[in-house]
Amino acid sequence: MDTSETILQQASPDLVRGSDTTRAAKPVRLSPSFISWLQAGPMMLVFLAFFLIPLAFVVIVSFWDYNEYQLLPAFSGRGYTDTFEGCIAQLPDLCTIGKTYLKTLKLCFLVWAITLFIGFWVAYFLAFHVKSKTWQMGLSLLCTIPFWTSNVIRMIAWIPLLGRNGLVNSGLMKTGLINQPVEWLLFSEFSVVLALVHLFTFFMVVPIFNSMVRIDKSLIEAAYDAGATGFQTLVNVIIPLAKPGIVIGSIFVITIVMGDFITIGVMGGQQIAAAGKIIETRLNALQFPAAAANAVILLAITFLIITMMSRIVDIRKEL
Amino acid sequence: MKEGRPRSFYVLAIFFAAYVLFLYGPMIAIYVLSFQGPQGGLTFPMNGVSTFWLAKLFEGTGIVDLGAAFRRSLLLGLVVMAVTVVLSVAAGMAFRRKFRAQSILFYSAIASLIVPSIITSLGISLEFRIIDDLIKAHWNENFETSMGLLTSGLGAHLTWTLPFGLLIMFAIFNRFDPRLEEAARDLGATPWQTFRYVVLPIILPSVIGIGLFGFTLSWDELARSSQAIGPVNTLPLDLQGLTTTVTKPDIYALGTMISAVSFAVITLALGTIHMLNKRQAAKGSDAGKGLV
Repeated sequence: MDTSETILQQASPDLVRGSDTTRAAKPVRLSPSFISWLQAGPMMLVFLAFFLIPLAFVVIVSFWDYNEYQLLPAFSGRGYTDTFEGCIAQLPDLCTIGKTYLKTLKLCFLVWAITLFIGFWVAYFLAFHVKSKTWQMGLSLLCTIPFWTSNVIRMIAWIPLLGRNGLVNSGLMKTGLINQPVEWLLFSEFSVVLALVHLFTFFMVVPIFNSMVRIDKSLIEAAYDAGATGFQTLVNVIIPLAKPGIVIGSIFVITIVMGDFITIGVMGGQQIAAAGKIIETRLNALQFPAAAANAVILLAITFLIITMMSRIVDIRKEL
Repeated sequence: MKEGRPRSFYVLAIFFAAYVLFLYGPMIAIYVLSFQGPQGGLTFPMNGVSTFWLAKLFEGTGIVDLGAAFRRSLLLGLVVMAVTVVLSVAAGMAFRRKFRAQSILFYSAIASLIVPSIITSLGISLEFRIIDDLIKAHWNENFETSMGLLTSGLGAHLTWTLPFGLLIMFAIFNRFDPRLEEAARDLGATPWQTFRYVVLPIILPSVIGIGLFGFTLSWDELARSSQAIGPVNTLPLDLQGLTTTVTKPDIYALGTMISAVSFAVITLALGTIHMLNKRQAAKGSDAGKGLV
C-alpha cells in the first residue's frame, strides 16, 4: 500500500492528494500513548541524564577508592570510614560528623520554625484579609519578585546593615545602648539564620497561601455562626485545612537548609560547619568518593525527613 | 458579616508591611551604596555620590573578566529559558491524559526540586568526569573535557527550572476549560490547530511566566552550577568568589548590575503578561454580543 502510494504520488500528485481529502475524515492517527510519550519524553530524558543517572553515580562513586590524584574504580568503604572516623572511639562524645549534623539540624529547626511563623501569617493576611483580587495579585507579586533576584546579592545586602560599622551597630552606639560594636551580628549563626529566613520564607508562603485560598469561606462563616471565637476557628478550621500547604512548605524549607552550603558559607564567614559544607570541603580537596559518601548520608537523612512528613499529607493530591 | 475591618486586619497588615520591608530593605541598601563616592567604603554613611564603582565595573579593571561572565550567563539563561518553556508546555500537555510512567516523571520532577542542589551538582560532575575518562581511555588521549556551559551547565540548570515549569503547567490546566478544545474539534480543527489557535493563546500569559522563572532562576543559579559548570564561571559564581576578597563597593556595583538585568526581565515579562491579559479580556469572547 505504502509503496504503491509513493509511486502514484510521483506519477500524479493530484490524484494522491485527492485520495488524501477523501481520507481527511480519518487522518493518520498516532496512538494517544505515543503522543504522550512524544510530549513528556524530552523532559523525562533531561531528568534521566542530569538527575537520575547522576544520583546513581553519586551512590556508586561513594563506594570507590581514591588517592590524592584520582578516582580508583574499585570497591572500597573508605569514603564512609573516613567520614565516620573516630565516631566509635570517641563515644560517648560526638565525633565531628555527628556534631556537624546536630548543628545542621539545629539551624534547620530554627529556620523552619521562623519561616513557618512568618509564612503562615503572611499567607493568612493575603488569603483572608485582602479581599480584592487585584490587590491579592499585586501583594503576592511583591513577595515573589525578590525570589527572581540573586540569592548572593540578597546575602551580601546584609553586610552594610549588620557589619562592624553597619547601620545597626552605629545606631545602637548612637543611642548609647552599647559602647562597642556587637560582633555576633554578622558572620555568625545569627546572620546565617537571618539570611536563610530572608531567602526562603517565600517557599512557605506560596504553598500555605495556595491551601488557604482553597478553603471554602462558608466554612469559616459556619464556625462563626456556631459561636466559635476567632482563635477557635483558626485552630479547628483553618490550620487543619491549611495543613497540606504547611507540610509542603516545610519540606521545601527543610531540604533547602539541610543541603545549603552557600548561605552558611557566605553568611557564616566560611567558619560554620554544616552537612552541605562537608561535601563542598571534600570536593575542594578532590576527594570525590568521600564527597559522594557524605552526599549519600545527607540524601538518606533528607529522604527520611520527607517520608516522615509526607505521611501527614499526600503531595500528589495537593497540586 | 458586614462589619468594619477587624483589629486582626490592622495587626496583620503591619506584620505584612514589616515582612515586605524585611524583604526589600537590605536590597535597596546595596543599590544605594553602589553609588558610593570614590573614597566610600562598604557601609553607610555615603561618602559622596558617584557612578565611580559602576563605571569601574564596565571598564573591566576588576579581578575577573566580568564581561565574559556576563555574556555566558546571559546565553545560558536564554537557552535555559527556551528549553524550559518548550519542554514544560509539552510535558504539561501530556499530563492531561493518563500515560504510563506518568508518576515516574512527576516524582522525578519533585525529587529534582527537593534533593539538595549540591548532590545533583556533584552527581553531574561525576557523570561528566566518568564520560571524560572513558573518552580519554578509548578514543582520544588528548581530550580535555565534555563539561561546559551548554552541556553539564545547561543540564544542571534544567534540573532546577523544569520542575517549576511543570508545576506551573499543572496550575494552568487545573483551571483550563476543556470544552474550549471540544468546541474547536467540533468545528473541525486538527489537533495542531486546536493547540495553536485555542490552547496556546489562552495559556500564553502563564507560559511567559514559565519563561520568567526559567531565565531568572538560571541567571541567579549558584549551588547547582558550583560543581557542574565546567572550566568557566557564570556571573553569580564570580560574585560569590568576590564576597571573600573584596573590601570595596565594587561588589555592590556588580550586585546592582546583576539585579538590574533581573528587574528588566521581570518588568518585561510582567508587562507582556499584563498586556496579553488585557487583550484577552477585551477580545477573548464575544459572548452576548450577538443578541443585541
